[in-house]
Amino acid sequence: MPATFRFALNDLPPEAEGLRAEVREFLKKEFSGAAPVKRAKSWGGFDREFSRRVGARGWIGMTWPKTYGGHERSFLERYVVMEEMLAAGAPVSAHWVADRQSGPLLLRFGTEEQRQRILPGIVRGELAFAIGMSEPDSGSDLASIRTRATKTEGGYLVNGTKVWTSNAHLSDYAISLFRTQVVPDKKHEGLTQFLVDLRNTKGITIRPIIDLAGKHHFNEVNFTDAFVPDEARVGNDGDGWKQVTTELGFERSGPERYLSSIALIRELVREVSAKPDDRGTEAVGRMVASLATLRQMSTSVAGMLQAGEPVNLEAAAVKDVGTTFEQSIPELAHALLDVEPTLDSGSDLQQVLGYITQTAPSFSLRGGTREILRGIIARGLGLR
Amino acid sequence: MTELRSLLGDTVTRLFTDLATKELIEAAEKGTWPDKLWRALEEGGLTLPLVPEDAGGAGGTWLDAHVVVRASGRHQAPVPLAETIVAGWLLSRAGLAVPFGPMTLAPVHADERLTLARSAGAVTVSGRATRVPWGRHAEHVVAVSELDGRLTVALIARGAATIEEERNLALEPRDTLVFRDARVVAFGAADVPADAIYLYGAMARAAQMAGALDSCLTQAVRYATERKQFGKPIGNFQAIQQSLAVLAGHVAASGIAAESAFRAAERNDARFEIAVAKVRVGEAAGVGAGIAHQTHGAIGFTYEHSLHFATRRLWSWRAEFGSENAWARQLGRAVAARGADALWSDLTAR
Ligand SMILES: Cc1cc2nc3c(=O)[nH]c(=O)nc-3n(C[C@H](O)[C@H](O)[C@H](O)COP(=O)(O)OP(=O)(O)OC[C@H]3O[C@@H](n4cnc5c(N)ncnc54)[C@H](O)[C@@H]3O)c2cc1C
Repeated sequence: MPATFRFALNDLPPEAEGLRAEVREFLKKEFSGAAPVKRAKSWGGFDREFSRRVGARGWIGMTWPKTYGGHERSFLERYVVMEEMLAAGAPVSAHWVADRQSGPLLLRFGTEEQRQRILPGIVRGELAFAIGMSEPDSGSDLASIRTRATKTEGGYLVNGTKVWTSNAHLSDYAISLFRTQVVPDKKHEGLTQFLVDLRNTKGITIRPIIDLAGKHHFNEVNFTDAFVPDEARVGNDGDGWKQVTTELGFERSGPERYLSSIALIRELVREVSAKPDDRGTEAVGRMVASLATLRQMSTSVAGMLQAGEPVNLEAAAVKDVGTTFEQSIPELAHALLDVEPTLDSGSDLQQVLGYITQTAPSFSLRGGTREILRGIIARGLGLR
Repeated sequence: MTELRSLLGDTVTRLFTDLATKELIEAAEKGTWPDKLWRALEEGGLTLPLVPEDAGGAGGTWLDAHVVVRASGRHQAPVPLAETIVAGWLLSRAGLAVPFGPMTLAPVHADERLTLARSAGAVTVSGRATRVPWGRHAEHVVAVSELDGRLTVALIARGAATIEEERNLALEPRDTLVFRDARVVAFGAADVPADAIYLYGAMARAAQMAGALDSCLTQAVRYATERKQFGKPIGNFQAIQQSLAVLAGHVAASGIAAESAFRAAERNDARFEIAVAKVRVGEAAGVGAGIAHQTHGAIGFTYEHSLHFATRRLWSWRAEFGSENAWARQLGRAVAARGADALWSDLTAR
């Protein structure tokens, strides 16, 4: 195996463990009565008030410089906050994307003015971000996007359509990838990222796309001669591909890529605990073996982030192994129990199973499909 | 990484690369004891990483030992290195001198016992232990049993046993040893779990399997870039790339699961991590061996090719020192006893 693919054991430092207790205490006060099915939504839940309270505790932008309102804490402390939020099923969506990728992107590639204008609001939990990458004809082949940003006086005129834009209807900004130049046969060139103000830009229309469960969470975002000023450009004109790859590295690196089914895992353990026979304990043992191993892999990636090492390859591996695991949990429930998944009736287990069953297909799509991630791993192995 | 660890890692890799050749493994499979390899391991200070320096060992930690055990699996070294390492540790824990030569552990099954008894001023051992690794070649057997109501580590000469020779899929000796009131060489009380052999044996096998899985991946990736069909290396085909990526995921998971068990062993409280490792790596062994073979086509199905040295070991090792099911039940029972709401906090406390 090439040396580029290495998972080193990583210990979370004592200060991170102290922080864990604080986060737990906070979450206990916030949710002690919440129904399991509500917690199952986890990073699908959007609650600005909650995000503000998280911000007030200093748990957003934790690793960012103090100049921008950040807290200059370690990636490992941030990791502890993230995994505790996910494990508790906290509705973190209103700050998750900004904290995970949009803020770090601005820190790395944004202008000083953008950082000063935007980052403190993210840190307070007041600014929610969406991700404007996918288009109707460009999913996995992201570099093929066609939404055009044409240079004009003082800025760009944008025309085209983004899709699957999660929470665009609830967010303030979307870091969006547009084509500023068409370079024949070189689709990776001529791409540029922009900090698009979703609330105050004329020419943007946001329409709901209803998911299979009947819920409105993602959107179609249409741009018709939408004016985006020069100050909204992130990085140099034409550097978009390099930047978006970095952004995807952030997007894929966290514990949300293996913890999506944690609420169902908990209900399964509850069921088996009530009658711990051989079959049930065996299944729980196998499940926990995978869970514990993924946590080691994920904390290892956090250690690499802390050390400032590139994580794209390892993050792809955790996401691939992690989403396969998450998706196996509803299958396990069916193999083990005689239980029908339900929407809003029946036991907690049934409802959580119902929710996870209908969400599970997305685990290996969002943030890059299984096939694309395996392609990244294969490249790391030297096969591509 | 500590200095000792990288020294051990370099030494063991060099030594196995030079000596644990295909010819040597083949000879071992026909019954030849690889004396030269064993002596080189002893001279290189690799057989007793956990024994204190003043007792002739390397004075290292379990994480140091991990490097050696993992490498022995990666190179499919046909010697009881893992067994000797665990045996040496047990003897040191009991304050006993550690002899030279290969050692083994018995019994390896959770439901077998060797009985220690006092008779005429000596301590004797009786009982039957099946599937003892390398029984016929080990110079000593280390057992853990009760004596005078205390857990006791006993050092027994192999000559004290009647031996029925058997072997596992990888043609490694797995012998039945029968003791009838045989005198033990040395004994001492030790603060170790009653199932220490089963426990640490499982941990060693997990690391060996992780090593053998590394070897499967390396061989499969190399083969995929060399073998051409339809005018190009088979590694250019997306189907092959995708399944090797799956294998790589299992290899990564196995490596960290095994290593974290060794780290926990350093804290003396590794039952959870060992169960996790044995189960997770065992699952990876099944899937991983399958993918490695599929990638190799018919050539990998021949005795002439080297892939089977790794895969036959994986198929046997996953069932040794407790099956995945047995370890999963042990883990699952512990988790169930603590209850659903303790799961996450228990996990993060590890
Ligand atoms: C719940 C959810 C939320 C999302 N939120 C956002 C968001 O906020 N912002 C955003 O920009 N996007 C978002 N997405 C979109 C997501 O990034 C895309 O779904 C993903 O990149 C795949 O694109 P696609 O759906 O067009 O599928 P396609 O790319 O058309 O793929 C369809 C199938 O073909 C396979 N395939 C494609 N190319 C290859 C290849 N080269 N080799 C082998 N197989 C291939 C894929 O793996 C997949 O199985 C979201 C998606 C989901 C499900």
